[in-house]
Amino acid sequence: MTQLANAGAGAVVEQLRNWNAQAVAQAVDYRGETTIVVPRELLRATAQRCKEDPALNFNLLSDATCVDRFPVEPRFELNYHLVSIPRSARIRLRTSVSAEHPVVDSLCPVWPGANWLEREIFDLFGVRFAGHPDLRRILLPEEFEGAPLRRDFPVEGKR
Amino acid sequence: MTTIETAIGTAKTMVLNMGPQHPSTHGVLRVLLELDGENVLRAVPDLGYLHTGIEKSCEDKTYSQAITLTDRMDYLNPLGNNLVYCLAVEKLLGLEVPKRAQYIRVMMVELQRISSHLVWLGTHALDMGAMSVMLYCFREREEILKIFERFAGQRMMTSYIRIGGLALQPPAGWREQVKRFLDMMPARVDDYEALLTENRIWQGRLKGVGYLQPEVLIAYGTTGPGLRAAGVAFDNRKAFPYSSYEEFAFEVPTRTESDCYARYLVRVAEIRESIKIVRQAMEKITDEGPIKADAPGIIPPQREKMKTEMEALIYHFKIFTEGFSPPPGEAFVAVESPRGELGCFIASDGSPKPLRVHFRSPSFVNLQALPKMVEGQLIADTVACIGTIDIVLGEVDR
Repeated sequence: MTQLANAGAGAVVEQLRNWNAQAVAQAVDYRGETTIVVPRELLRATAQRCKEDPALNFNLLSDATCVDRFPVEPRFELNYHLVSIPRSARIRLRTSVSAEHPVVDSLCPVWPGANWLEREIFDLFGVRFAGHPDLRRILLPEEFEGAPLRRDFPVEGKR
Repeated sequence: MTTIETAIGTAKTMVLNMGPQHPSTHGVLRVLLELDGENVLRAVPDLGYLHTGIEKSCEDKTYSQAITLTDRMDYLNPLGNNLVYCLAVEKLLGLEVPKRAQYIRVMMVELQRISSHLVWLGTHALDMGAMSVMLYCFREREEILKIFERFAGQRMMTSYIRIGGLALQPPAGWREQVKRFLDMMPARVDDYEALLTENRIWQGRLKGVGYLQPEVLIAYGTTGPGLRAAGVAFDNRKAFPYSSYEEFAFEVPTRTESDCYARYLVRVAEIRESIKIVRQAMEKITDEGPIKADAPGIIPPQREKMKTEMEALIYHFKIFTEGFSPPPGEAFVAVESPRGELGCFIASDGSPKPLRVHFRSPSFVNLQALPKMVEGQLIADTVACIGTIDIVLGEVDR
């Protein structure tokens, strides 16, 4: 465990691959940032592993966000930014969901702080989070129709 | 309209609507409080009253044009917003900012931190009934706003930090003005402490209020003074240094009590640390030197060159009509705002306009912990807790 205390990103990818080779579909290193592309079904398990493996110790979920890659499929790319406070390390987990089935597992069981972050993605993109305790709009009024941050929603709004 | 279900029968409770118009919600925040007398049983925040679609608007603008939108998110920390956005774009571009510009950025962002904490202290004290502190804090903040006006022509929404460096050279006479502020400030902070720190009423209102364990805070994503007051010394300026912060000597104040009083002490100590950083930055900033990186095609050329050289003219024209295109990819940069970890995630598709800009707003994430802080306490403590989290609705809602 101690040899990973100040491990670089390569060691994190190794550690995750050793735990479950399927979890790391792809590891991208760009501009000094490491992104681990995770298959949709393994997202919650991988996030849990990142948090609970003492060698990884990514205890803080800093941010969860979505990129709409329309018209490329799979359309919605979810990015989770994790921080290991004790190791001063950052990592990004990425998974993608399609337009016809925009559902992914909620990370609320792993970090309660994912609650509002996922509600915001649901509100603005229409991506649903299975197992979320309170999935409803957060920024827009309840009666609002549509997902405004989707690329096919006009920036000036619909009237 | 968000509503909550309450119990009926003999255990009847009352639902009170706090906000969105309320002097103590620090903006347009609506909190539904389910009360049993004065005890808060449940608190449900309702957001979105200040949602203006900043992230969507950024997708319709070139990278340079979007800077002015970032000022208006956390409106008590516009320079910090500019900085995080510009750092993310510079990361996508692989651009190096000259040291002198980095030092000036640090100085401006730390002055902004002091001014933000002054507003926090003034409004928090006002909520608790200490009205004089509000006026004293705003008097000092006035000096900082005058400094910003001298540098950038604007008191608040400066857009002074630009991609590749800064908008303008520091103005003539800036050193005397900043030095005058630095010489005056420590004594003023002593004044605020003399009024509040040992004050029985202040301690009575804040000690033991809004306690949360550090594990709970981390689980909810809380960062900033709220987390440092629980003993977790996490500060982006130290953990992931940016913009030459590794060259500055400063402490990260922490406490362990994790209540409103501890957060007060942490923030006041941070004002003192920021004063130290500004002093060091002043010494590092040379009188002459570049304020922008040298990147033709991305950074506009100097105006004199644009008027005499053909290449500069063409670059200027292309940059301001078409804009520059970072290579496709994503970048996430996090800075330490006065409220916690402020992050900017940008996805580029190789076009002059960003594909996606997302701001990780510390107020939004920190506010999640409010129900946990407040449930089981009194309504008066709710006011203290909202103040202690230090939210800015522009950042919560974007």
